[in-house]
Amino acid sequence: MNEVPLTHILFLSTALFFIGAYGLFTRRNMITMLMAIELMLNSVNINFVAFNKYLYADKLDGIFFSIFIITIAAAEAAVAIAIIINLYRSHHSIDVEDATELKY
Amino acid sequence: MSNPIFIALIPILPLTCFLLLGLFGRKHFSTTSGIIGTLSLFISTILSFATAYQYFFQTGKINGVYQKIIVFKYTWLEFAPNLSIDMGILLDPITVMMLVVVSFVSLMVHVFSLGYMKGETRFATYYAFLSLFTFSMLGLILSSNIFQIYLFWELVGVSSFLLIGFYFEKPSAVAASKKAFIVTRFADLGFLIGILILAFYAHTLDFGILIERLSVISSPYLTVINAASFLGMSALSWGLILVFIGGAGKSAMFPLHIWLPDAMEGPTPVSALIHAATMVVAGVFLVARLFPIFALSDPGALQVVMYTGAFSAFFAAVIACTQTDIKRVLAYSTMSQIGYMMFALGVSKYSGEEGLGYMGSMFHLFTHAFFKSLLFLGAGSVIHFVHSNEMKDMGGLRKLMPITHISFLIACLAIAGIPPFAGFFSKEEILMAAFESNRLIYVVALITSGLTAFYMFRLYYSIFWSKDASVKNHHGEGTISMKIPLILLAILAIGSGLVPIASFVTADGLPITSHVPISFSIVPVSLALIGILLATRLFKNSNDLPVRISQQMGGLYTAASRKFYIDEVYLFVTKKILFNLIGKPAAWFDKHIVDGLMNLLANSTAKVSELIKGFQSGKVQDYALYFFGGIASLIILFIYLWQ
Repeated sequence: MNEVPLTHILFLSTALFFIGAYGLFTRRNMITMLMAIELMLNSVNINFVAFNKYLYADKLDGIFFSIFIITIAAAEAAVAIAIIINLYRSHHSIDVEDATELKY
Repeated sequence: MSNPIFIALIPILPLTCFLLLGLFGRKHFSTTSGIIGTLSLFISTILSFATAYQYFFQTGKINGVYQKIIVFKYTWLEFAPNLSIDMGILLDPITVMMLVVVSFVSLMVHVFSLGYMKGETRFATYYAFLSLFTFSMLGLILSSNIFQIYLFWELVGVSSFLLIGFYFEKPSAVAASKKAFIVTRFADLGFLIGILILAFYAHTLDFGILIERLSVISSPYLTVINAASFLGMSALSWGLILVFIGGAGKSAMFPLHIWLPDAMEGPTPVSALIHAATMVVAGVFLVARLFPIFALSDPGALQVVMYTGAFSAFFAAVIACTQTDIKRVLAYSTMSQIGYMMFALGVSKYSGEEGLGYMGSMFHLFTHAFFKSLLFLGAGSVIHFVHSNEMKDMGGLRKLMPITHISFLIACLAIAGIPPFAGFFSKEEILMAAFESNRLIYVVALITSGLTAFYMFRLYYSIFWSKDASVKNHHGEGTISMKIPLILLAILAIGSGLVPIASFVTADGLPITSHVPISFSIVPVSLALIGILLATRLFKNSNDLPVRISQQMGGLYTAASRKFYIDEVYLFVTKKILFNLIGKPAAWFDKHIVDGLMNLLANSTAKVSELIKGFQSGKVQDYALYFFGGIASLIILFIYLWQ
């Protein structure tokens, strides 16, 4: 059976990462930005799993790492949503362009 | 009184009083502070007299020689095993004599001030300052260490500053206090350097050891300090002359005398205390304290003392003849009399009969303290009565102020040197000493003594005779507390000349017999009488003769009444030369170079931050972009450029 080559998976994760980055830089809605960050995290997860499988198949370090990242991503989502709710309460908007008070 | 605690109490009581009145006086002792201060000083005075009795008649003499006794010594700051600043008490004849003089005159001034300063809003503060001054002066004379004396010396300067500027609402008083402080502080710079030079070569700060090391001919320290020279003078001469400059500043010797006449802005009892009897003789005391070094090791420095003293005595007497403010006349007379003490030290030698000048100087210090503080207190009484310092506002007061009149007359006779008043005896000793060692100084001293008699009686007649009293009698002569000091001091102005100082206070501690023959006294006394007669002719009844004479003298009179333009010279030197040549360039350098550098730094920082502050836009996505940009450039750096 033909295995999927590593480069294909890396293409996928790179694409996913830059889609996330693009989303992070262009969208003004904070929830969408949060989603973009999740995309980037998951592209890193794919990388970890793929390298683990193709380079060190007898080890589980990459898998563990991706589990850590998923956990942290969950915590991060909780914190980020709390921030967004607070932002909404004070600004009545979740557009990042509306919250630019912290400048020079 | 072998117990040192009693002697230590003499200065500590006024200190306690200062703290008490200074901290709580205005709230709790606004009316009683005078009594508190006077009582505590009264105890100090009794202790001083007891100490003097003990020293002179019981413990001081060993084999007929008065010793230097160190009552106690506490090592305070130790720099090296043998070099430390100690706090100690040294008793020797001059200390004990000064102790009596200072505490007694101070007590008289305290009592006089009870009446004079009554109703003053800062009454408690005044007594606090008086106590501080008394403490510092007593500490100064008891010092056993040359650095300790310097500390008290500065304290005396500060308290004098506070007292001169007591009426701080008056701009002239503020200016006078600043002037006094700056001039004496400038002189103290010399004193400090002198101390450092002497201490550097003698490896000690202790008076006893210092004097021993620098006055014994075979001492190795003396050889070294004489060998070291700077600008053609030995280090010893430099040290001693610099110390003398400090003394000259405090004692108002020419050319550092300019602060003394202005210092008369302070309350009059303060002038009696500080500028007649105590602080101004600190310089004489200092030279007398180091006298063995001056006399045995460096006659050259002693010559400086002599000529400075003689010139100041004459110079001040001439100015005093022309002044119209009674306190200024007294100020110049003080300067003149201190000049007497200085040159008496200058003509003196160390041992035996040749130490007559030293003895005469100390004798004159002793008698002068009483009659001069009497003169000042009398002047204070007069000023209290007529509310003016100017002679032209006075005249004919003899009927209205009988006690002041009599005591003032006694003091005038004493300072003029008429027998049997106190000044006669001390002045004779000084003249005798001058006659024996330096005829030039003797002649100057004679002329000065004639002038002294003249200007003192000019003052006396202008206040008490001259014309009929123009002042309406407001409140009588003064309270009883103002009269008692006058009477006591008048008794001393008559009697203190009979005290046989010669057998107590001499340079080497051995009593000497003073031997002034009657024939010697004829010249000075007749000169003094001529001065008095001249003053009587000119000033007893108001006439136009003084004005005519002063017009005839023309430029000389104007110059003397303008104090020989010394103040103007100082102003010229400071304002025109120092300010323009040094001050202004320094200010320019500071303003343009130093400030310029700082401004450049600050401005460029501001410019740069103005340029880059746009980065801090507050937009989250911009920050994220910078972050990614940074990461990307790091990656490029590590992968492609980092080999």
